[in-house]
Amino acid sequence: MRGLSQNWAVFRESRIGMLGLIVILLFGVFGALWPIMINTVWDPLIYHPVVGFDPMLLHPSPPTKAHLLGTDPIGRDILAQLMFSTGREFLLGVLSALITVVIGTVIGTVAAYYGGFTDTFFMRVADIMMLFPFIPLLVVVGSMVRLTFFPFAIILGVLGGFGGITIILKAQALSVKVRPYIDAARVAGGSSFHIIRAHIIPNVLPLSFLYMMFNVTGAILSEATLSFFGVLNIDMSWGMMIHTAEAAGYLFDFGKYWWLWLPSGLAITLFCAAFYMVGRGLDEVVNPRLRKR
Amino acid sequence: MALPATADAADAILRVEHLCKYYPVSRGLFQRRQLLLHAVDNVSFEVKRGEVLGLVGESGCGKTTTGRLIARLTFPTTGRIFVDNADVSKIQGADMAEFRKKIQMIFQDPYESLDPRMTIFDIVAEPLNVNGMGNLEEREQRVAEMLSLVGISPPSAFLFRFPHELSGGQRQRVAIARALVMNPTFVVADEPTSMLDVSIRTGIMKLLAQLREDLGISYLYITHDLAVARYLCDRIAVMYLGKIVEVAEAEEIIKEPLHPYTRALISAVPVPDPAVKRPVPTIKGGVSKPINPPRRCRFYERCPVAKSTCAEQDHPAPREVSGGHFAACHQL
Ligand SMILES: Nc1ncnc2c1ncn2[C@@H]1O[C@H](COP(=O)(O)OP(=O)(O)OP(=O)(O)O)[C@@H](O)[C@H]1O
Ligand code: SF4
Ligand SMILES: [Mg+2]
Repeated sequence: MRGLSQNWAVFRESRIGMLGLIVILLFGVFGALWPIMINTVWDPLIYHPVVGFDPMLLHPSPPTKAHLLGTDPIGRDILAQLMFSTGREFLLGVLSALITVVIGTVIGTVAAYYGGFTDTFFMRVADIMMLFPFIPLLVVVGSMVRLTFFPFAIILGVLGGFGGITIILKAQALSVKVRPYIDAARVAGGSSFHIIRAHIIPNVLPLSFLYMMFNVTGAILSEATLSFFGVLNIDMSWGMMIHTAEAAGYLFDFGKYWWLWLPSGLAITLFCAAFYMVGRGLDEVVNPRLRKR
Repeated sequence: MALPATADAADAILRVEHLCKYYPVSRGLFQRRQLLLHAVDNVSFEVKRGEVLGLVGESGCGKTTTGRLIARLTFPTTGRIFVDNADVSKIQGADMAEFRKKIQMIFQDPYESLDPRMTIFDIVAEPLNVNGMGNLEEREQRVAEMLSLVGISPPSAFLFRFPHELSGGQRQRVAIARALVMNPTFVVADEPTSMLDVSIRTGIMKLLAQLREDLGISYLYITHDLAVARYLCDRIAVMYLGKIVEVAEAEEIIKEPLHPYTRALISAVPVPDPAVKRPVPTIKGGVSKPINPPRRCRFYERCPVAKSTCAEQDHPAPREVSGGHFAACHQL
């Protein structure tokens, strides 16, 4: 295994990965601007993303000097909503991806290590998870129980954790399990728990981290989809912004009211693409075979 | 089977009796019969306290499997292994920890036997760690001591490096330090020099010989190289397709090989004294895999002196031809 600096050198070679990283950093800066803006420049009465209202204009208003990206049908500033939501998208994406990856890594390594019934059981669960139409199900469930932000992130993370990721991480754990250093650890007197914790998991973790990037993408897209259907009890997010425009009927003339959906749609696309691209870059670090010769 | 409890048997640190390890081979879709690969087939030998026994044979003859069985990394199909007169497959609980401390293994490939994500300190200290021996300070001291013992010096310059920052020879020295950190009494050394550059092999071999002198460790030294075995070992066992075909004192087996296979092996080793005349049988063909082997001498297909009677009988049992010199051949 190479050191951190060498890994960084490999990652930096990947154009797609670096581009993704830059976009993520820009989103980070953008999101970090929110508390500054609302505490200094913007009047909370007008610019609050949920309860703000500008009495000086007819809504939805196209971009003006005061509202650079216009306002939504109930008079709230689009740019403020976009900025406010950025932090939450990060939180949702990273939290749910983290849960997915932690569960997936533990299940994958345990299934690979013990094999037998444990393995068969979790692999069948993963098959079901992969084939099951969760988004439609969540739409149905969500219309009965309105999910709030954190429960939603956790459910998404847990559902993901039992899904396809366990199959991939198990395959990786299997290849680690047969390495001579695992035999060496056993000869040293290491217990199964020790071997899983100290040898298998650390050697699976780079791949887990890689899949975490793809899972961020998945979580954000799920949130956007479900918000669009209006089945989440989340006061503001990029998905909610599109939902607001749709619910008020403005998406029928989407060319005329472009500022209602384009900024948030673009943000979702860019944000997801950026994490995906970082994942692709990391892929080259984790799987040396993909590297340019 | 009951062996007579001789003084010799009590002296043995390791005793292997009729050891077999058969691996099921995946069958073709239309194959009826269960295929078994006889990786180790009815092997018996012992290693005395303080002795080095060489296990020599071509690639795939079952040397590593034998070592792994002894180190309890896999379980025998049949047969028994005794370490200090305790049946290895019956060891449980606290005795298991004691067994792990007593028996260590050095692996063939130093690039693969060290966890790439651990520092040298963590690697060498791992046995101490999992056995809860000493506090951090004592461990650090012990690790440094072991590293200087195997010629990694100064230890402080290596403790927090990673395996990939070390050369092959240095890695194998680290693996040796780790194997010895618990003061084992028996070490299975599985071709510890075969993956190394020729130039550094001698250094590692000298180190192992030195450690044996200093620490009185017994080894099962696995190698495919008779010259290496001759240098390091007191006795040599020659293995062919899962069977041990000949066992004798190292010098004796080199000078007076009895089994046709051993003779062929020796003819491939450069002769230091050209005056020594040896019968030079050549063997034809390559090694196949012992999958459901026919019930006759394993060496039959390649044996230059095979007689038709060899084909009619089962694989020959080892016979003591002269004092302590065993060979398995119908023609002796
Ligand atoms: N886990 C396993 N499953 C199936 N077959 C195995 C397994 N391990 C070893 N074998 C087979 O058993 C035979 C003996 O293998 P082993 O590794 O013991 O040979 P070796 O003498 O150590 O060879 P080398 O010098 O190449 O290391 C080989 O034919 C090998 O293919
Ligand atoms: S028993 Fe026969 S075939 Fe086998 S080694 Fe001896 S002579 Fe050769
Ligand atoms: Mg081997």
